[in-house]
Amino acid sequence: MMSPGFFERRLLTRDRGAGILEKLWLIPWSFVLLLCAVAAVGYVALYSAGGGAPEPYASKHALRFGFGLVMMLSIAMVDIRLIAKLSWLGYAGGVALLVLVALHGQVGKGAQRWIEIGPVQLQPSELMKIMLVLGLAAWFHRASWERVGNPLFLIPPIIAALVPVGLILKQPNLGTGMITLMVAGSVFWAAGVRWWKFAGVLALAGAIAPIAYDRLHDYQRARITTFLDPESDPLGAGYNIIQSKIALGSGGLWGKGFLQGTQGHLNFLPEKQTDFIFTMISEEFGLVGALTTLLLLGLVVAFALMVAIRCRHQFGRLVAIGLGVNFFLYVFVNIAMVTGSIPVGGVPLPLISHGGSAMITTMLGFGLLMSVYVHRNAEFGATRD
Amino acid sequence: MSKKEEERRRGVFTRRALMLGAGQLGLLGFLGYRLQKLQLEQGERYATLADENRISARLIAPPRGRVLDRVGRVVGANDLNWRVLLTAEQTQDVGATLETFSKIIPLTEQERARIEREVRRRRRFVPAVVREFLTWEEMAKIEVNAPDLPGISIDVGTTRQYPWGEHLAHVVGYVAPPAEADIDGDPLLELPGIRVGRSGIERFHDKILRGSAGTVQFEVNAVGRVIRELDRREGARGQDIGISIDAELQKAVRNRIEEGTSIVVLDARNGEVVAMASQPSFDPNLFSSGISSAQWREWTRNRATPLINKTTNGLYAPGSTFKMVVGLAALEAKTVTHTERVFCPGHYDLGDTRFHCWRRFGHGSMDMRAALKNSCDVYFYELAKRTGIDRITAMAKRFGLGVDLEIELPGTRSGFSPTRQWRISQGKPWNLGDTIVHGIGQGFYQFTPLSLATMTARLATGRAVQPHLTHSINGKEVKGIRAEDWPLMGIPERDLKLMREGMWAVVNEQGGSGGSGKLPASVGVLAGKTGSVQVRRVSREQRERGFRVETMPREWRPHALFVAYAPYDNPQYAISVVVEHGTSGGSAAAPLAREVMTDVMNRFNRTNAPAARSADARPADTGTAQVAEVPGTPPNGTIRR
Repeated sequence: MMSPGFFERRLLTRDRGAGILEKLWLIPWSFVLLLCAVAAVGYVALYSAGGGAPEPYASKHALRFGFGLVMMLSIAMVDIRLIAKLSWLGYAGGVALLVLVALHGQVGKGAQRWIEIGPVQLQPSELMKIMLVLGLAAWFHRASWERVGNPLFLIPPIIAALVPVGLILKQPNLGTGMITLMVAGSVFWAAGVRWWKFAGVLALAGAIAPIAYDRLHDYQRARITTFLDPESDPLGAGYNIIQSKIALGSGGLWGKGFLQGTQGHLNFLPEKQTDFIFTMISEEFGLVGALTTLLLLGLVVAFALMVAIRCRHQFGRLVAIGLGVNFFLYVFVNIAMVTGSIPVGGVPLPLISHGGSAMITTMLGFGLLMSVYVHRNAEFGATRD
Repeated sequence: MSKKEEERRRGVFTRRALMLGAGQLGLLGFLGYRLQKLQLEQGERYATLADENRISARLIAPPRGRVLDRVGRVVGANDLNWRVLLTAEQTQDVGATLETFSKIIPLTEQERARIEREVRRRRRFVPAVVREFLTWEEMAKIEVNAPDLPGISIDVGTTRQYPWGEHLAHVVGYVAPPAEADIDGDPLLELPGIRVGRSGIERFHDKILRGSAGTVQFEVNAVGRVIRELDRREGARGQDIGISIDAELQKAVRNRIEEGTSIVVLDARNGEVVAMASQPSFDPNLFSSGISSAQWREWTRNRATPLINKTTNGLYAPGSTFKMVVGLAALEAKTVTHTERVFCPGHYDLGDTRFHCWRRFGHGSMDMRAALKNSCDVYFYELAKRTGIDRITAMAKRFGLGVDLEIELPGTRSGFSPTRQWRISQGKPWNLGDTIVHGIGQGFYQFTPLSLATMTARLATGRAVQPHLTHSINGKEVKGIRAEDWPLMGIPERDLKLMREGMWAVVNEQGGSGGSGKLPASVGVLAGKTGSVQVRRVSREQRERGFRVETMPREWRPHALFVAYAPYDNPQYAISVVVEHGTSGGSAAAPLAREVMTDVMNRFNRTNAPAARSADARPADTGTAQVAEVPGTPPNGTIRR
């Protein structure tokens, strides 16, 4: 693997017009298989969440995944250099959608998050994270270590990151806003921004956190206080966390068995097909099932990291690291949430939770990741500086 | 960018990417640790919590025990009652459900407030009653709209029904929803529509009648809908209570009396209450279906006090019916002999005060027997003066006068018998004049008709029988039914016999004050004592003008009393009759006693119910055996004026 074969090199270093068939050969099929395995876990869990039937969740999930798979493979064929060129456009489009959703978005749970485009419900904030990664990667693509050390050079990407984060926070969607910020941060970090700058920003954040808390919405504050003491409001905001922990804990080592989860099937578990799907898995398949799922998701994260490290161009590396961190944060926040480790955030578990918008954006991300992998040896034009 | 620069950049990237990866691995490891902690370390605790979530226990109300009369007629029954229940845990919003419900069946503001209060007071899985006594039409409406009414269910409960209505209301009592004070930790009391005994037998035997709650365990989902039954434990149904009253007889007795009259008939041999009638009464069925405030106001404001059982809670001075007790106290104190004579000039002077005999011109010289027969006041003034209040009151208490008789009717009053010490503790002196007044059952003496009947039964049998109503529990007869279960009073038979002879003479001898109480020969021989108690003092002026009670307003006229037992030579039943403002015991109370005792004797001699039991007992041990030695014919003895 350290030295790419002649075949690959011939196709991807000079020849822009490599054939589709050759590119398909380069697709990491073992990774596709891994994604299928994760989606299959989702199918099984949603089959159970549907009361032991493919309707209404599992069959749709399979359909969406199939569609996502085709989309992912198609994107994997697109030359990474083209993607790099278009990434500014993508970023601008993402911000435009965010503005649009702020003006005309559908209000749900007190927040403006969705926008209807034909039959599709789109969450621009999800799309934005990917577009932001592309934009930042493009910005840092040509920057040398010394260049990145120049604070002035960092001002445009910081603004580029804060604009969408601000729009998402204003929706208001605290969870996604924080995740977006962390994803952007990971790209800055990987691009070589000096560590003491991160330390400075963290210190500043710590200083203004109390002031920010004052400005939070009541429901956001409720989530934080409920997180700190779920039993303080057992029938209200704390109910979800308590019931989720009960479901998880009562699963034990081997679980209650497929379709035997009492918490899930008797509806004690809220939103079991979306945010709390992992709880469903843990209740029915126990610690063994939960850790297996966690392992599969961890392998996906590891794959992204592997792609990033093996890529021979900075754009691909940054895109892979950003998308990997994005996926990881989804997984971490969701599972930490259902285990009562962090406040409830309304973050689905990618590839497993029921939901079309999340599936599409996740598969879009994987498509880009694969394109990076397929075109990992692509040579960008000569640097201008 | 030079190749060297690119190499450096890539080196930094790889290092930082690996640091990120390590961080991610660490966080995933943290998640694994959390999962392990929840699922292994705390797994059992959460498994329990999950079971608590899904398993809902519900109580099953056992049917309340019935109340039966002495021959097994149902006098307190359970009727079916279709009702609507609301279970708080099955609905997100109690208010919204009630709102929807009231569009189908209108609810008043008070009803809604009551329901919401009940919902708050009970545990969330215990349903509250929304509406009772549904018609078929209402039930159909609710069933059709069931999907819009989360938490609402229809249930068949029971309601208390009293077939004999007002005839046994004072004895059997009634039931009502438990008040806060009734909640004693029995989970049964939290059930919807549960009723507890509020008065009478229903209250006294409430725990026995109530039974104990069963439980049923359901698997329920998050909104409380029952998925399946897991376990069921039946409770114990309430036990039946048999009372000693014969409902038919009770009805017959009540139909003979008017407002303000109380009658108690005891089985003299064992203290069982055979009839207990107080007029007016009330319909206890109205309590079961919820009583209107207008009805309640009418009952509580009515001066005739229909809610009050006058046989146990009406207090009356005993008047001349008390004279046997004074006589026995004097005999025991040896302040008089059986044959000693006292002269009655029509009045009794003590210092400046003159006490009158009811017969203005006096009775002449009399012994005890004649004094009882004529109900001479002067004779008993003299006896009281010789014996003293404390010894008379002590004797009264031995006859159950002014003491708690412990009958199974909560709230029964004990009456009052004064002592010298009591009066002094009030900071007032006890004068000899007070003693003299008390010698004819006036003054502070205040007794219930029940205690007068008890006194009579004890006089008749010489045993300290206690009045009681409980005849059987779940078909098993209770102790205390047989005469020999009651101790002898320790009063010489010779003394008792003298009193009985006097009472015989009152009714059966020419010139006796209670001649109107005489029974038909076919029924038996009755012995009794009249009494008339002033409720308003007669002034000297009135007396000198020769006033007549007939001219007084009714509520000023004296109460009429009569106590009696029969048969004379083999006492079976004792009776007390109080006719408020009936003027004279001889004219108003004694005839009632005759009629009622005729009813009683005829009924039991036909059905033979109590006689059958007494036949089981060895004659030598029975109270009746004590008087069996008395000749069956009227006692010989000269009648003197």
